[in-house]
Amino acid sequence: MHEMGIALQIVEIATASIPSDLADVRIERVNLKVGKLAAVVPESLRFCFSVASKDTALDGAELIINELPVVARCNECNSKWTITSPVFKCETCNSGSLEILSGRELDIESIEIAEEVKNGSGK
Amino acid sequence: MVLENNAKGQKYHHHKDAHHHPHADSGTPAIGVQKSGTREIKVVRRVLDVNEKMAAENRKTFAEAGVFVLNVMSSPGSGKTTTLEKTLANIMPEYRSAVIVGDICTTHDADRLAISGAPVVQINTDEFGGDCHLAAHVIDKAASGLDLADIDLLIVENVGNLVCPAEFDIGEDSRVVVLSVTEGEDKPAKYPLMFRECEAALLNKIDLLPYLDYDKDRAVEYIHQVHAGMPVFEISARTEEGFGPWIEWLKNRIRQKI
Repeated sequence: MHEMGIALQIVEIATASIPSDLADVRIERVNLKVGKLAAVVPESLRFCFSVASKDTALDGAELIINELPVVARCNECNSKWTITSPVFKCETCNSGSLEILSGRELDIESIEIAEEVKNGSGK
Repeated sequence: MVLENNAKGQKYHHHKDAHHHPHADSGTPAIGVQKSGTREIKVVRRVLDVNEKMAAENRKTFAEAGVFVLNVMSSPGSGKTTTLEKTLANIMPEYRSAVIVGDICTTHDADRLAISGAPVVQINTDEFGGDCHLAAHVIDKAASGLDLADIDLLIVENVGNLVCPAEFDIGEDSRVVVLSVTEGEDKPAKYPLMFRECEAALLNKIDLLPYLDYDKDRAVEYIHQVHAGMPVFEISARTEEGFGPWIEWLKNRIRQKI
């Protein structure tokens, strides 16, 4: 529901991550990790991102959303499983004492910037 | 298993053909040269880290001032404001209280809560873009209008919404969720994050049970499926039925801090 706020944050963080020696570069891709519990709708986020990135170094950049499943570990029997329905109980021993290992992520992993053509000068 | 791949931190490199292949992440330099003429710069930052930093600052401020902060969340119309009116009436003057109320529009809730005598700060989130939740910086701003030295309990009435508020740490000590028997029994299953993130649930409007087909036991079962052992207080904010255990629980939580 707050995808626009998230999109604006992504633009801000991505822009701030451009190395200072690389002025005027264009960001081509933003790689994002989004957990299934993060209350983010990928399609909405992509749309908001396309609006939020207008007239920035991210204008036209592709948002790659890597969705992560909800994974839990049981504090009693230590088994690990993927939660696919809203039942937060151990599949093995039925304990409700568990730790969420993944599924809450909302992280920018990396940005990819267009490499200037330097006639194969190496980097 | 998809999950194992992700858990090991593998990532995708993007090539000219636009196919995505996972590669092992070990030894990847901070800046990688991509075949397609892009180079990848590692960022690895939480998108909401600005909020999280602000929440940590709020938490420090509240700890120094000896204020217990309760974040109250619910769907719209569950009776959150009435519940808080009655909670204030039962907890004051023993605990000096103040309230921050978040609503997208209007000051109706703030006006109702102010009758208790507690200082009330109203936040209309449309100043902040019609937000669906209260964020930490909004609480910081609202709390600056309160004399924290004179407050033991700060109640934050969040925006009525079972999704987004659960995502935003505001620097609170405890979160509770209010749901009512006029909603579906399966609300906890539909909004699992909210029920996992909250410490206790208030099941409101139980005075209406004789007139409804609501299966209360099933609702509690759903709550415990999502959050095993979660305390559930069955209350009626209208008649104050069931308020004893809830107020006792809240007082205990406050005493643990101040």
